Amino acid sequence: MSLSLKKPLNKSSSNKLTGSLIAIAVSASLLLSNLIFASEGASDVEFEASGNITVEQRYFFKEALDPQQLSHSQTSLSVEPELYWQWNGGDDSVIFTPFYRVDSQDSQRTHGDIRELAYVHASDDWELRVGIRKEFWGVTEFQHLVDVINQTDGVEDFDGEDKLGQQMINLSVVNDWGIVDVFLLPGFRERTYAGEEGRLRGPLVVDEDNVNYESSAGQQHLDLALRWAHSVGDYDLGAYWFHGTNREAYLSPSSQSTLQPTLQQYYSQMDQLGVDVQATLGDWLWKFEGIHRSTSLEDFWATQGGFEYSFIGVFESNIDLGLLMEHSWDSRGEVALGAQGSLMQNDLFVGARLAFNDMQSSEFLMGFGSDLDHNAFSFLIEANRRFGDNVIVSVDVRLLQSNDENDLLYTLSNDDHAQLSLAWYF
Amino acid sequence: MLTKTILLSAALSISALSLTLVSNSSFALSAEEKKGLDISMEAKKRDLGWQDSTADMVMLLRNKQGQESIREIKMKSLEVLDDGDKSLTIFNKPRDVKGTAFLSFSHPVDADEQWLYLPALKRVKRISSRNKSGPFMGSEFAFEDLSSFEVEKYSYKYLGVEELNGLTNFKVEQYPVDENSGYTRRIVWLDTLEYRIHKIDFYDRKNSLLKTLTFSDYKQYLAKHWRADNQEMINHQNGKSTELKWTNYDFKTGLTDSDFNRNSLKRAR
Repeated sequence: MSLSLKKPLNKSSSNKLTGSLIAIAVSASLLLSNLIFASEGASDVEFEASGNITVEQRYFFKEALDPQQLSHSQTSLSVEPELYWQWNGGDDSVIFTPFYRVDSQDSQRTHGDIRELAYVHASDDWELRVGIRKEFWGVTEFQHLVDVINQTDGVEDFDGEDKLGQQMINLSVVNDWGIVDVFLLPGFRERTYAGEEGRLRGPLVVDEDNVNYESSAGQQHLDLALRWAHSVGDYDLGAYWFHGTNREAYLSPSSQSTLQPTLQQYYSQMDQLGVDVQATLGDWLWKFEGIHRSTSLEDFWATQGGFEYSFIGVFESNIDLGLLMEHSWDSRGEVALGAQGSLMQNDLFVGARLAFNDMQSSEFLMGFGSDLDHNAFSFLIEANRRFGDNVIVSVDVRLLQSNDENDLLYTLSNDDHAQLSLAWYF
Repeated sequence: MLTKTILLSAALSISALSLTLVSNSSFALSAEEKKGLDISMEAKKRDLGWQDSTADMVMLLRNKQGQESIREIKMKSLEVLDDGDKSLTIFNKPRDVKGTAFLSFSHPVDADEQWLYLPALKRVKRISSRNKSGPFMGSEFAFEDLSSFEVEKYSYKYLGVEELNGLTNFKVEQYPVDENSGYTRRIVWLDTLEYRIHKIDFYDRKNSLLKTLTFSDYKQYLAKHWRADNQEMINHQNGKSTELKWTNYDFKTGLTDSDFNRNSLKRAR
């Protein structure tokens, strides 16, 4: 009884919220159009176009585990222009960054997104940002634990650093005691996954059509976030509370499809508290990120912490060498494959970064990750260099290995690959 | 912890006080050291009161074979009295780093506070300010060559006068206080008329001549502040050079502290 009562109540309150949100958005856009018209006389609108076109070639060293998957070679082309208008001396601006990728093999990887389409108004001690945007939080390098606003564009790359644009109204207020950001996030984005033909996926394909939500509002749930960030001397601190749809789906094998089992996504509601700290002490950067996540299915803690140490001008040259080490911990511990848990429950990462500081901005990065609970490792090399004025060439090699059948890396162990990309910037 | 901080700041103000006493009474300074310090203090004093400034900078990097590469940068600076200045550096070229911005709160003696904004990831990164000697954007300018001049950063020795560019110049030797500096010393030529720097010789950690920086096309702004439109850095050891051209200098534009924080770093253009 109480349950059936609760549902319509929730729904009406979310309807109310959506209503007031639309009102806010409308008044914001009215304000925007007013500003545009007012500014036409006052100051000129400045326009800038830039962006990049990238060709990427992947080569997988071994045959795929699943015959449906592409065998060795995957080619793709991506375009990401950025259009930017500003007026009132930069106090008002609009940015539009569409993105599109065409992939030769994986139909799921042929996809587009609006990375940004936002209006920003800046005043002396506050900023209002309305539209589709990207917002990054965090300090560590090998895992971005506290970064929660944007959904991962998982089909883009293996490292999870590519994000989908998120609809938001964000008010940012600068105080003597730190910057406070309030986020209203209407509209949830579902994570993207490699398709049937794609590599770098588990044995089951994630079903992108039949998605379940805990909230009756589904994708329309209004998420909220409140963040404080401040720098005190050598310390940069951040803390936040997020309430809304979990960006990580619970994946479970579905029996609906008779021919081929798939993984079904279930997005729960979550409350998450997060902190991030960096101490910048001479040549040492000490980094820590921690979260506590509470969903209807589980409560857990997770941390990522470590350091980066820089040697300036090694071998009597201009080359800088940075050494990195980070540890990941998750209170859920080791879990069976398919169960919800973390890949990084007790993992150690070490890395070395060489910056050549030459005219071509040559860089070389090497990373090694190891699961301390069982025999699994990942190894990556990234190298990039500028050719001419506008072309960046990057080479990436990723090797993944695991002896434990419960490990996601085990299912990816045939997916060792090298990637060459050519990006033209304009 | 609190008492410790108070004690520390008390100790700092005492040492600052004693420094002033020392420099004023020239106690423990030789006549050459005193004159070198006085010239540098006068040069700093003559430029005080610019409040804030904006300018565009083009860097032309040349290697030994004559190949060129261009950097396009916008600078915003805020004068901070009794501390180092604040600056915001915004990159426009090369295109792959467009939108990257660098925020720095410099301090005369303490470590500078520096943040880098990476637009592709929308990430603000606090970075170590230890790297003074490393090249700026692959150029022949080191980070320390581009940071604001503060009297406390060096100790001094007056070397005499010399004719340069048709003007009489003071020749002052400067010894960096910071042990992370890439130099043992710099020799600076300032004209006796306006205390403008015309030339700097940089000596590396082995005390051999590394680079020469020459300033040309000085212009005066607000009937007070002299700025050179051109700077050329020649590296004698690797044969490379970097030319720096300044345009659109503007002073007292109304910039405040609020133009130099994380939020302004993220939206900088």
